Amino acid sequence: MDLQIAPFTLILSFSLVLIGMFISYRENLGTWKEIIYSITRAVIQLAIIGYLLTYLFEANNAIITSSMVLVIAFNASWNAHKRSNNISNSLKISMISIFTSVLLSLGILLISGSVKFIPSQVVPITGMICGNAMTTIGLCYRNLNNLFRDQRQQILEKLSLGASPKQAATSILREAIKLGMQPALDSAKTLGIVTLPGMMSGLMFAGTMPLTAIMYQIMVTFMLVATTSISSYIASFLAYKEFFNKNQQLTA
Amino acid sequence: MIIIEILKIENLGFFAQNKQILDSINLKIQEGEFVSIVGPSGSGKSTLLKIIANIISKTSGNLYFNGKPIEEYNSSDYRKEVSYCFQAPVLFGKTVKDNLSFPYEIRNMEFHKEKSIKYLEEVNLPADYLDKKINTLSGGEKQRIAVIRNVLFQPKVLLLDEITSALDAENRDIIWNWLCNIKANSNMTILMVSHNEDDSKLGDKIISIQDGKLELQEVE
Repeated sequence: MDLQIAPFTLILSFSLVLIGMFISYRENLGTWKEIIYSITRAVIQLAIIGYLLTYLFEANNAIITSSMVLVIAFNASWNAHKRSNNISNSLKISMISIFTSVLLSLGILLISGSVKFIPSQVVPITGMICGNAMTTIGLCYRNLNNLFRDQRQQILEKLSLGASPKQAATSILREAIKLGMQPALDSAKTLGIVTLPGMMSGLMFAGTMPLTAIMYQIMVTFMLVATTSISSYIASFLAYKEFFNKNQQLTA
Repeated sequence: MIIIEILKIENLGFFAQNKQILDSINLKIQEGEFVSIVGPSGSGKSTLLKIIANIISKTSGNLYFNGKPIEEYNSSDYRKEVSYCFQAPVLFGKTVKDNLSFPYEIRNMEFHKEKSIKYLEEVNLPADYLDKKINTLSGGEKQRIAVIRNVLFQPKVLLLDEITSALDAENRDIIWNWLCNIKANSNMTILMVSHNEDDSKLGDKIISIQDGKLELQEVE
């Protein structure tokens, strides 16, 4: 394994950020402050997680690893909830969706033996599952909000004909689930052609043979397609109910 | 003959956005009646109709349907019996058929094509309109299809909210003639809000709402 990156070389690579700041300054984009803030935040967060993961990997304790899985899943749920734009019970809905996605996807990978229950495998895989589920659920919330606003009259008409909230919202639900899954499906289509995804690149960086690396990437792709399907389905099916009150009327 | 009180409204009020939109409305409607509701814009006519349709909820008073408080009904079952037609209806899906099959879908029943064609023809629309794209229809045609959607399964009460206000005289006549014909052959109750004086006269009872209050009841 030939992985050598010294703090000094990292400082040199900071010049890449300077290019971004220069463009921002030159074009008067006003984003240089945000660039500094984002980069500083990323460095601090990564440093902390670096130390934390070192501890986790060395400890190799099932309880600590499981706790880390729960923390990641909760953080992802909290962030998805913040993207809900005031959909009621969105924290609960996000938690149910993300915890189910983790349980099913990680569970199948563990049972099939593709992944071992050791922190160096479980933690990154959980991170990928939760990150994807979080983005998908955020998208579903945004789409539900937009569709319920744009198609309000249509929903009212369906309700007035005697449709139940679920019958009235079926077309919106289908659309929201489809749109929520779309980015994951689009990126799966271009894998290897346009993008060499993070996990595969990381393994090759670390010296793994490309054919072994792609096997892992294929597994990750299966996992992410499942995750986006599960999370968008559960989140949309739970969240649409929040657009109706107990009298089966559209809320304002 | 036994007279059935299909709707009873007691001290009904609706308060929203710091305004009393409807205040102490008392009204009894018998099965089979055709009632016109008149009044100036913003007087609360449409709000009353929407409350009866259970699209919005009253904030005070009582509303009974067939002798039972509205709260005791499952909302979607209630709306199958008390059906509301909008002033400017939106058709959904892609074709006319998507709209006319919807009442069957929500009842888990198979689409009855012949009945839809019969109704289309009765409102002067040819049978092949069933497959017509909704974005090629005129306003009058859309309104006719929307009303058919409401009466394919004949409700006990049909609520019509200014359904002909944006239509020309020809379309208005087609819709009213058809509805009056259905009404004549059934015991369906109709409550209609209208600005048009000729339309209002179709009812056998006219009630007027002014500033959220029931002003007068006039029996024709």
